Amino acid sequence: MFQDILVSGLINSGVYALLAIGFSLIFGVARIVNIAHTAFYMLASYALYGMLVIGGVPLVLAIPLAVVAVVALSLVCYKLVIEPVRQHESAVLIATIALALIFQESLLVSFGGHFLGIPNAVEGVTSIIGVRVSYQRLIILVVVAVTLVATWYLLNRTRLGLAIRASANDQEIANLMGMNVNRVAMYTVGISVGLAAIAGVVVAPVFVVDPLMWLSPLVTMLAIVVLGGLGSLKGSLIGAFIIGYVEAITVFSVPSGSYLKGAVALSIMVLVLLIRPEGLFGVVFEEER
Amino acid sequence: MSRKLLLTAVAALGMAFNSGAWSQNIKIAILGPMAFVQGENHWAGAEMARDEINKAGGISVGGSKRQIEILKFDTNELQSVPDATNAIERAITRDKADFLIGGFRSEAVIAMQEVAMDAKKLFLGAGAADAKLGENVVKDYERYKYWFRVSPTKSPDLGRTLFAVLGAVGAQIRTELKKEIPKVAILSEKAAWTESIVKAVQANLPKMNMEVVGTWQPSPIATDVTAELSAIKRSGADIVFTLISGPMGIVMGRQMGELQLPAIAFGINVEAQKDGFWQATAGKGNYVATLDTYAEVEMTPKMIPFVKAFKERYKKAPTYNAATYDAIFILKAAIEQTGTIDANKLVPVIEKMEHVGAGSTASWDKNHDLIWAVGKTAGIGVQWQDGQKVAFWPPQIKGMKPFKMPKQ
Repeated sequence: MFQDILVSGLINSGVYALLAIGFSLIFGVARIVNIAHTAFYMLASYALYGMLVIGGVPLVLAIPLAVVAVVALSLVCYKLVIEPVRQHESAVLIATIALALIFQESLLVSFGGHFLGIPNAVEGVTSIIGVRVSYQRLIILVVVAVTLVATWYLLNRTRLGLAIRASANDQEIANLMGMNVNRVAMYTVGISVGLAAIAGVVVAPVFVVDPLMWLSPLVTMLAIVVLGGLGSLKGSLIGAFIIGYVEAITVFSVPSGSYLKGAVALSIMVLVLLIRPEGLFGVVFEEER
Repeated sequence: MSRKLLLTAVAALGMAFNSGAWSQNIKIAILGPMAFVQGENHWAGAEMARDEINKAGGISVGGSKRQIEILKFDTNELQSVPDATNAIERAITRDKADFLIGGFRSEAVIAMQEVAMDAKKLFLGAGAADAKLGENVVKDYERYKYWFRVSPTKSPDLGRTLFAVLGAVGAQIRTELKKEIPKVAILSEKAAWTESIVKAVQANLPKMNMEVVGTWQPSPIATDVTAELSAIKRSGADIVFTLISGPMGIVMGRQMGELQLPAIAFGINVEAQKDGFWQATAGKGNYVATLDTYAEVEMTPKMIPFVKAFKERYKKAPTYNAATYDAIFILKAAIEQTGTIDANKLVPVIEKMEHVGAGSTASWDKNHDLIWAVGKTAGIGVQWQDGQKVAFWPPQIKGMKPFKMPKQ
């Protein structure tokens, strides 16, 4: 059982990490609570399905095209819908909820409510410490690891990353230092949605694709970023692993209670918040920000 | 003045004609989640019945022929019960439907039933299994007598069918795998409709000489069950007994295939009833078995022609919600027998009817639920074999093929 928990938890945590870090990035830098974040993840899955299964586009082309298409759409949505109301957080919240619902209903009309499947990139299974794991899931792990390293590199070793971190730290000063904070926010939106889109294309073959698939990961993702600390990338990563492993432990320890895995994970979040309201690695934001 | 009066009268007449108040057609509201496969099948079954009846001249009502008009109402019941009650309310008050057929999600149909009974409209169910719908008829007959369930059988009777098929599968495992006591893992979504069946299975399997090695209950909307399947694999289960109505049915089938689990998945798996199951599992859902209603087998003399005609017209096989076809023919038989569309006169006729339909040979008990009988209303067992959905139970029906075991 221990090996099952170890492997199962690792894979789930990786997917959650991709989603949570993207969300945390956009909130930390641009102060945008993007409820449509997992809706973009859903769009990427559908884009992959459309290109691969309906369009017959080869996988090596379909994946990057799906990611690029969704990122481009997110930038358009940002310019038209979010940027005009960016100063009003509640308006942004409502606008992103509306966006998510528009995506959901559009997909419902286009594809129907059917659950769709996408073929694996690589077929077959292998055994890791006695646990059977499909190659597709190993690909998820590899892609997650590479993406996280690339994100770290971007944020810590590039000028854009410096600008992003500076804006996250203090937007006003960053602006005074000559950084175009609006453009930085836009780049951050693109990177954040890119992470969600990558999660969508690698995970889609493992799960099912349907117009409501954005709802369940939204709740888990919000729990993770709150647990880890809003705006903290390190917190989101560690939060993802905590939640991923709590869910795996719940399923293996209490089989007839596996439906409770979500509730248990959220309870852990509540417990942490009672002790530390800003989350594990969050900062208490000052009003001037 | 008289000119104004004339114009007003003409306008009023025009509005009356437009509203359909004077229509001679018999209006039947088809209610279902039209964006989903269940509603699609509700509508498709109704279309086939309408076209067949109207082509033959319509329904004879007291000596004069009247055509059928079917009206589509999207209940959106998978997402919202209020949307469902709004839909049935519109059907009754705005569109003046004479009869109501359909429904899928039990929680929504229970609410819709109240609206229909308030209006004393005949409401024939074609999707919801909750026993409460029939219990209401006995509780307050005068109010609820207008409800009849055409499909499926009520939940407890679904359980009876499951046990009947499980016994047959268990016997095959004993013969082929030489295992005296097959091991069964229960994989059931945590939902109202599964609770009584899970308890019944846990209690009865030992009496059937089978061992329950564990019960796993993920959320109905779970889309990843690898953790559960890993645990099930370790338990050494020969049968994975499923009670699944949601997407988990696809994921389970696919992941069992990917992980090469040697166990058979059998039970209720609504997604596995659909033609799209094979594609959705990327071709890995082999050996997944489920209860179903329609196949090209001679369950009734009408089933094979109906299924073939359905497939030709809609390019896919029907799900159990296509029982709207039988529902409309039941209404036709009752109307032609009584010579009226008055619901109060039709109810006692339907109560005594035995209707040989495309999906079942239906007759009703005092709950206005289908009387359960193997070969008549109990349904069929189907299994996915190499991309084809093959019917295997009850074995005595013409057209059934053998059940297959995965490689051990």
